[in-house]
Amino acid sequence: MNSSQTLAIVLNTFREAVRDRVLYNLIAFALILIASALLFGEISIGIQKTILINLGLSSISIFGLLIAIFLGIGLVYKEMDKRSLYAVLSKPIRRSQFVVGKFLGLNFTILVNTALMSIGLWAALFYLTRGFEPRDIHIWEAIYFILLQLSLVTALCLFFSCFSTPVLSAVFTFVAYVIGNLASDIRAFGELTQNNLLQTLTTGLYYLLPNFSNFNVSAWVAHGNAVGREVILLNTAYALCYDAILVAASMSIFARKDLK
Amino acid sequence: MAAIEISGLTKDYLVGFWRKRRFRALDDLSLRVEPGEVFGFLGPNGAGKTTTLKILTGLIFPTRGTATLLGHPAGQPEAFLHAGFLPENPYFYDYLTPQELLDYFARFFPFTPEERRRRRDEVLEQVGLAEVRDRPLRKFSKGMLQRVGIAQAILHSPEVVLLDEPMSGLDPVGRHQVRELILQLKADGKTVFFSTHVLSDAEALCDRIAVLNRGRLVGVGQISELLRRQAGYDAVIEFSSPDALSPLRPLAAKPLVISGGQCQVQIPEQELTRLLALCQRDGLRLVSLNPLRLSLEDYFVEVLRETEPERSPAAATQ
Repeated sequence: MNSSQTLAIVLNTFREAVRDRVLYNLIAFALILIASALLFGEISIGIQKTILINLGLSSISIFGLLIAIFLGIGLVYKEMDKRSLYAVLSKPIRRSQFVVGKFLGLNFTILVNTALMSIGLWAALFYLTRGFEPRDIHIWEAIYFILLQLSLVTALCLFFSCFSTPVLSAVFTFVAYVIGNLASDIRAFGELTQNNLLQTLTTGLYYLLPNFSNFNVSAWVAHGNAVGREVILLNTAYALCYDAILVAASMSIFARKDLK
Repeated sequence: MAAIEISGLTKDYLVGFWRKRRFRALDDLSLRVEPGEVFGFLGPNGAGKTTTLKILTGLIFPTRGTATLLGHPAGQPEAFLHAGFLPENPYFYDYLTPQELLDYFARFFPFTPEERRRRRDEVLEQVGLAEVRDRPLRKFSKGMLQRVGIAQAILHSPEVVLLDEPMSGLDPVGRHQVRELILQLKADGKTVFFSTHVLSDAEALCDRIAVLNRGRLVGVGQISELLRRQAGYDAVIEFSSPDALSPLRPLAAKPLVISGGQCQVQIPEQELTRLLALCQRDGLRLVSLNPLRLSLEDYFVEVLRETEPERSPAAATQ
């Protein structure tokens, strides 16, 4: 696989995203929401900072999710639908390069957007506290986890985008995200029922769908707590493995697809 | 080594929502295009032309058979180092300018940055888009997009250029430019394989043509050779009584046209001696005899009619 060719696809995917006005609207909304967290802080005596960090991280996560789904669902499908793919695939590149390039391109876009929103949160924090404490650094651990979570969402979008329409891909991804956030609860519920079938089903879902709740540490860091190094390593490994499986599955589907 | 070699190519699609049934878009197509040839691929809508081109470019996979481009199996990335493709009604990223698009595509080839810029500028000049190189593609007309499509197909000076309906959407000036471009490619020794509905373009440009109908190859060869195969004579014969026409009927390629004691008959070339012999007899007098000059359109309609009698010529030439 020629890395300069894949890099060209990555950069073009990024360029496509940054020339889309909807993206800027979403980032603007996120920044407004972070700024409004300052107002919420005003009416929350003594916990302004906790409120700001919590709301700020939630904004980054929610708008990151919207951006990932909005851009991700069309990653491959839009190219097939509009037939822009024909000219790309009649160049000396492999289909797998196209899939990997699209995935990395969207992740790069999300990284830049998240960085912008995080700078917004950091600025709001500075405005509120007029200085930083050493424990504020843990906010970046939560932001890193949001990025891992969004890379999983991107991989899901890419996977669904290889065989279904954008609307269906959005629905599938959103459902997988919601179930993935409740994975542990669903498994616990299954165990409570004493029903073998339900237990197998909920355990299957637990292992099959990405466990997004593992990455949710916003409340934890908002109170100034650190995320353990082991958790960071495990979550990174989990996200990378899951991404690799989904991207490999997407590549396999796309490699066999007739582009009618 | 052939520029393009297609052998027993068959493509079936599954159609229908619930009860899937098989639709054969391409049926056992075999074809060989030599290096340096301009080869026209003709056929009515739904004949299988685009399907063939999509298999050659690896966009779809054949059900059976093989296709190679310069010896490389169709769809292999290596084949595209020396082959370019213009899709039918091309669509490109409309947020890019032609310059950016070509620069993007050029990155897939082993160009140095300097070569990349040079080739990009050369092809923009070649297709007449140098003036609008910085205008976003979303503001382009269909004809201009077609030119962008041609520019990206010849960006890397390929040995083989595959063009799917290259004249589609072009105004007369644009068509003239594309014709000139194809002739230039031919002069440079490139192989051009293009599908078209416009028979005059095929007649003016092609060394050889293939005619496809309902997925089957119904004719292939040099245009002059194909037209000669269909050639014959148009004779006007005076007759004394309708009975005298009976020996003529088996010779005629088409039904006789009779009016006012004269009969017009079209005969294949090989029946000329028999016709002249018949006219020596009583009751028939040869008034005129002219060679039939078939156009490519006549040939096209004729072979479609032969392979599909129920199809009207009007529908066939659409």
